[in-house]
Amino acid sequence: MAAPLIAMPTPPPDTELEQLELDLFVQALKRRHGHDFSQYAPASLTRRVRQLVQDHRCGSISALTAQLLHEPDFVTKVVQGLSVPLSEMFRDPAVFRALREQVLPILASYPQINIWQAGCAQGQEAYSLAILLEEEGLYDRSHIFATDFNPDALQRAREGIYPVKDAQLWSRNYLQAGGNLSLASYYSARYDFIRLHDRLRRNITFANHNLVSDKVFCEAHLVLCRNVLIYFSNPLQNRTLTLFRDSLVRGGYLCLGLRETLDFAPVAVDFTAVDAKLRLYRRSSQPSSGSHDESA
Amino acid sequence: MNRPDAIVIGCSMGGFNALKVLLGALDPRLPQVLLVCCHTAGNVEAMCELLASHSALPVIEARERGLASGNTVHIAPSGYHLLLEQDRHFALSADERVCSSRPSIDVLFKSAADVYHAALIGVVLTGANHDGADGLAQIRSRGGIAVIQTPTSAEAAAMPQAALDIAGTDYCLPLEQIAPLLNRLCLT
Repeated sequence: MAAPLIAMPTPPPDTELEQLELDLFVQALKRRHGHDFSQYAPASLTRRVRQLVQDHRCGSISALTAQLLHEPDFVTKVVQGLSVPLSEMFRDPAVFRALREQVLPILASYPQINIWQAGCAQGQEAYSLAILLEEEGLYDRSHIFATDFNPDALQRAREGIYPVKDAQLWSRNYLQAGGNLSLASYYSARYDFIRLHDRLRRNITFANHNLVSDKVFCEAHLVLCRNVLIYFSNPLQNRTLTLFRDSLVRGGYLCLGLRETLDFAPVAVDFTAVDAKLRLYRRSSQPSSGSHDESA
Repeated sequence: MNRPDAIVIGCSMGGFNALKVLLGALDPRLPQVLLVCCHTAGNVEAMCELLASHSALPVIEARERGLASGNTVHIAPSGYHLLLEQDRHFALSADERVCSSRPSIDVLFKSAADVYHAALIGVVLTGANHDGADGLAQIRSRGGIAVIQTPTSAEAAAMPQAALDIAGTDYCLPLEQIAPLLNRLCLT
């Protein structure tokens, strides 16, 4: 690719200062609280940190860092602000339709089906998967491991309570994803909230797992990780995809977000596209590179 | 004044027609990176194809982690915010909507201002909300140039009007005069 035609202008001093403040914030979060964001892609991280500064009226990133260091409970809010954002149930219905029509019939040949949903946030996609499996008659021999590093989000995910105003869009998504019933048959509405039925949760384990630092913990037939890797730098993206490869059985499926790309990840050679448009891949049956994490 | 490195364009209601006019009149020799955020682009692939048929410059969807190459128009994908890293590669975000929009013009403009500083032109065209106004103010505060379509000439006046009110501008022109201005600013 062509180099920029014009030399990069020297960044103004305020930009350099902000960069320094950001570096110190990331270090403080890591050393004081053990959350490592140093390999997150900078553009979105910077935006989220600025948002935190604004939301908590800190005035500067340095002031945010000071609060993070001195107020024990503040880290919860910071982690919340830096986490996977809310999702929808059956977001991108075509993807869930493909899972229902193309992937589940193949997974049905396994006596036990393990699914890892990485970066589950508040659980919307984990419950969407549970509904798919239930409707295809596979849920009783399936297990969904829904993981996130944000304990607050996991707690909300376990509760399965969402604003009723979201239900309309989610119902539409559900039908477009090939749903046979009505999404309302899976929840009770009360006041301004819907509560998903407990039975949907029976084969879901919501667990804390950090893609930055934690390792393989299950043998999965399907890994669903949508719109999480977009926040990672290229090396961290590759490390995480390596983790997915090593978790997947041969021929196991990987499902990413609709605009995510594997082009910059060396480990992509170990995946074959099933439906490139829907970002649906399978782990190749033959290993073409080492089977252990070599990037971290 | 130094020649700009990039042009960012934001539009919403009426944006597709405005882009046809604007992109169609750009000089094919422009070396700049062109970034477009259009709220109304449901099917960005189809939109790129249609716009490419009106433009002498290649028009493509901005690809996650791809390079923001010069002499090319990159359109923000639907459903994601489009940002730039300092190394001029694209990044996507599924964070909350801004001004009820994702992609948001503010997000793109602010991110581009972080990367290109003063070597950036921000253009706000027709639209029915106020997205882009804060982003344009940020571009100006970094020394970049603001161009706004005259609200009376826009299919929807609210967006250019909000940009005028909040950010102010260096140029306020009818749609047809914007491409000639950009050609002049970018080639001389």
